[in-house]
This record gives sequence, structure tokens and C-alpha cells, in this order.
Amino acid sequence: MLAISIDWGLLYERIFSPGGAFWKALATTVGIAVVSETFGIILGFVTWLSSRSRWWPIRAVTYAYMLAFRGTPLVVQVFFIYFGTNLFLGFALFPREIVVFGLEVPGAVLAGVVALSLNEGAYMSEIIRAGIDAVDRGQMESALSVGMTRRLAMRRIILPQAARIIVPPLGNQFNYMLKGTSLLAFIGVYELFRDAQLLYARNFQPVEVFIGVAFWYLLLTTLWSLVQVQIERRLGASERGEEEPWSKRLLGIEAESRI
Amino acid sequence: MNAPPTGAPARGPEAPAEPSTRLAVSARDVRKRFGKHEVLHGISLDVAGGDVVCVIGPSGSGKTTFLRCINHLERIDEGRIEVEGELMGYRERPDGTLEEDSETEIARKRSRIGFVFQRFNLWPHKTALQNVIEAPIRVRGVEDGSAVAEGEQLLARVGLEDKRDAYPDRLSGGQQQRVAIARALAMQPSLMLFDEPTSALDPEMIGEVLAVMQELAGTGMTMICVTHEMGFAREAADRIAMVEDGLIIEEGTPDHFFTSPQHERTQQFLSKIL
Repeated sequence: MLAISIDWGLLYERIFSPGGAFWKALATTVGIAVVSETFGIILGFVTWLSSRSRWWPIRAVTYAYMLAFRGTPLVVQVFFIYFGTNLFLGFALFPREIVVFGLEVPGAVLAGVVALSLNEGAYMSEIIRAGIDAVDRGQMESALSVGMTRRLAMRRIILPQAARIIVPPLGNQFNYMLKGTSLLAFIGVYELFRDAQLLYARNFQPVEVFIGVAFWYLLLTTLWSLVQVQIERRLGASERGEEEPWSKRLLGIEAESRI
Repeated sequence: MNAPPTGAPARGPEAPAEPSTRLAVSARDVRKRFGKHEVLHGISLDVAGGDVVCVIGPSGSGKTTFLRCINHLERIDEGRIEVEGELMGYRERPDGTLEEDSETEIARKRSRIGFVFQRFNLWPHKTALQNVIEAPIRVRGVEDGSAVAEGEQLLARVGLEDKRDAYPDRLSGGQQQRVAIARALAMQPSLMLFDEPTSALDPEMIGEVLAVMQELAGTGMTMICVTHEMGFAREAADRIAMVEDGLIIEEGTPDHFFTSPQHERTQQFLSKIL
């Protein structure tokens, strides 16, 4: 005998026809994850570059950033950025509503995106570094030998090969990102987990509510892993006769097919 | 340019290079250290335009390092290297000392020197043709259409016109090396450097690569080949240079090497590999 009997009707509803603000919450979760991942990748790339700077102060700041964001809990970073910066700076960096590109965005969402992007960037820089290091040294040498500059060789020869190595761990990162957005519920962002929390606070039926929200996270991460397989197939296929249009979207590198 | 060659290699009876003929390569007293370990102890070599010079010697003697210094894949610690009369990798300060050249200047000079690697180093994400036309388009600024036409011609020249769209992992070692030679030639170099181009190949593929090199030598290309292929050296080389412990210890025609090598170490080395 189960101690609690499940309200199957409610569970069915939470999975198949969640109403009210659920869809907006779902869109917020996906939107925050995609935007934060994109900024995280860009930031990771910038961080990788600045970690190789010839000026030690830039390197020092870079390493301090990576140490801080990889060495402290994400939830602490989220709280610090949303609540802490106001006190730190003496003014509200993230007010209740901010207009970004004509869109009214709650300050908590913006703070959440900043925290997730900064956290992601610290990890991505390591992934990017590992991917580039994994490309054989002879590749750079042969590119230099035909008269390319390091910059051109990086763009045309090294990065397209590194992209292939970077995609699997990057897929993992986005999986974490989709789930990590749930932490923003604690600063009041109305996303999937916040939606579930508020419902539970009204009906006291945690089993149905949290199984329901777990299902939706599982659906998101599963869909993403299918997309990831496609990306990896496309990148791998370039060796067998297709160019890699995804590398541009993934890394912001130019990989246009000239021929 | 005026510094007399040091190291006193046992040269054959050759007249010193005419001042009017510009040397394709002139290396003077080149020293190269890796950390505390000195690999090149003041090596000097002159190569006239159109000459084919084979560099032989035991592994670890510094011949590959020397070759890499010529197109500045390695910095040098002392001495100077000129290619086509231009200082390679460095520029002269007013006081006569050298400082490293700017990256674009080094790249410009490198673009006129072909380099063929022991391990091919083809770009695996590009087809044979894309490997060949990449640098002409991106570095020389050749228009796509004519780059493709030139590229196809070069692939035909190395006998691989049918492998145009094959990726490197679908090519044999010998085919990859021939694509690599075509890639280097696509920059229309005035000098070709070969770093043991057949050492990573299965024995049955060595011939096809040597044939391409021999054809190239026949066209009057200036070539410096680090190689153990004495058959090729005998056929194609104008001169052979024997490197031992970071110095050229003997230099001469193939005839000289095969009939009357002077230096004891040369005799030992040749008796082992012939």
C-alpha cells in the first residue's frame, strides 16, 4: 500500500494539458537557457583568448574569474548577482523591469542570464582550450608554411577541427544549463520550477506537481540530446563530403563554403 | 653575406659562388638551442637557384631542425638565413643586430617557400582540392575559379586528378604526401623544402612520392631535401650535405659521396644505409 494515493487526474493534467502560466514559464526556461548558453560560449571564447594574453594583468583577471565561477555554487552566484550587486554598487543594477531591445524583461531574468552566462563562460573556456589543444600541432605548422598568419590559420584550419571535439562536452553543458535555470526560481523568475512551486503552495500535492515538472525537464533534455546527435553527425560528415554550417552557429566562427 | 663560412666543411673542389648569381638560400653560422641543449652549432649552407641539395645524416643530428629554421618554423639563436637575398624571419636593426620580423612579413616570406612534412599534415576537414586551393585563395588572393583550375592542374601533375573530392582519411599515405606537395606548389614557391617526405610511408608508396619529387627537380625547382633515400639523392641531387651533430661535415656531388667520401663519419653512415 502506498502511503499517499496519487491524484492521477492532476498528474495527467500537469503532463499533458498544463494550463495557466505554464507555457509562458516553459518559454522562459528555454529562452533563458538558449540566451545564456550563447553568451556563455562567446564569453568562453573571449576568456580563452584573454587567458593567452601577453599582459599578465589580463591573464590574472581571467584566472581569478575562472577560479571564482568554477569554485563557488551557481546558486550563490545567482543570489550575489541579483541581490549583492545592488548593495555592492550602491544602485539597482537589476530593477524590477528593464527594457532590452524593446522587450520588457524582469530584472530578475536579466540577473539570472548574467549569472548563468558568467558561470557557463568559465566552463566553456576550458572546453574550448581542450578542443583547440587536441588539434595536432602539425596542422598549425602546415598552415603557417603556406603563408597563413596565426589568426587566419586559427579561423580556417584549427577552429573547424576543434569544433568537432568541442560539441560533445558543449552538449553536456547545455543539458546542465536547461536544468540550471531552475535555480532562478529562488530569485523570483517565473520559469518551470517556479510555476511548479507556486502550484504546490496552493494545492499541497508535491508528488503530482514535481513529477509533472520533472517530466518537462526530461522532455527538454531528451529533445536536446537528439539535436546534439544531429549536430555531431553534421560535423563528422564534413570529413565525408559536407561543409560544416553548424560550426558558425555553435562557435561564431566563419566556415563559409567557397567551393 | 660577407661573413666567411665557418666550420670548415670538407668541401669538394668548388669555386666560391659568383657574386653575380644570387643564392636561393644562404645560411650563415646558424645556431639553435632548445633550452640548454644546442642542436645546431653554427651550420652554414649555400644553395644556388635551381639546385637540388639532399641533406643526409643520422637522426638527431639536427638536419630537420635546420630545415625548419629556413622557413622560420623555428627561431634561430645566432647566425642568419637569407632566402632569395632576403633575411628570413628577422630584420636588421640600424646597429646591425637582428630582431624578429612582424608576423605578416614572416608569413609573406614563408608563402614563397614550400614545405613538405614527414607526416603530411594535410587538413582533414578539407578535400584534396580544398587543401590545395585554400592558401591560393586566402593568402595569394586568387579568384575561386582560377584557383580551382590551378588546383586541378596540380593534382593532375601529382597523378591525383581523380582524388579531387576525396578527404585525406580516404587517401593512402603516398597519395596524401602527393597532395601535400601539390598544396605547397600551389603557392608558386621559388624554393621547396622536404623534411623526410618518405619516412612515414609504407615501402611500396615511397616510389610514387620520389617520382613526383624527381619530376619537380627536373623542372629546375630549387629544393632542399632531408632524406634517407640515397637512390633519389644519386639521381636528383646536385649536391649532398652530410650533417653530423649540428654541423655540415662534408659536402659534395653525389659522385663524390658514392665513390670517395672523405670524412670517416660519412663513410660509416653511408656503409650503414647503402
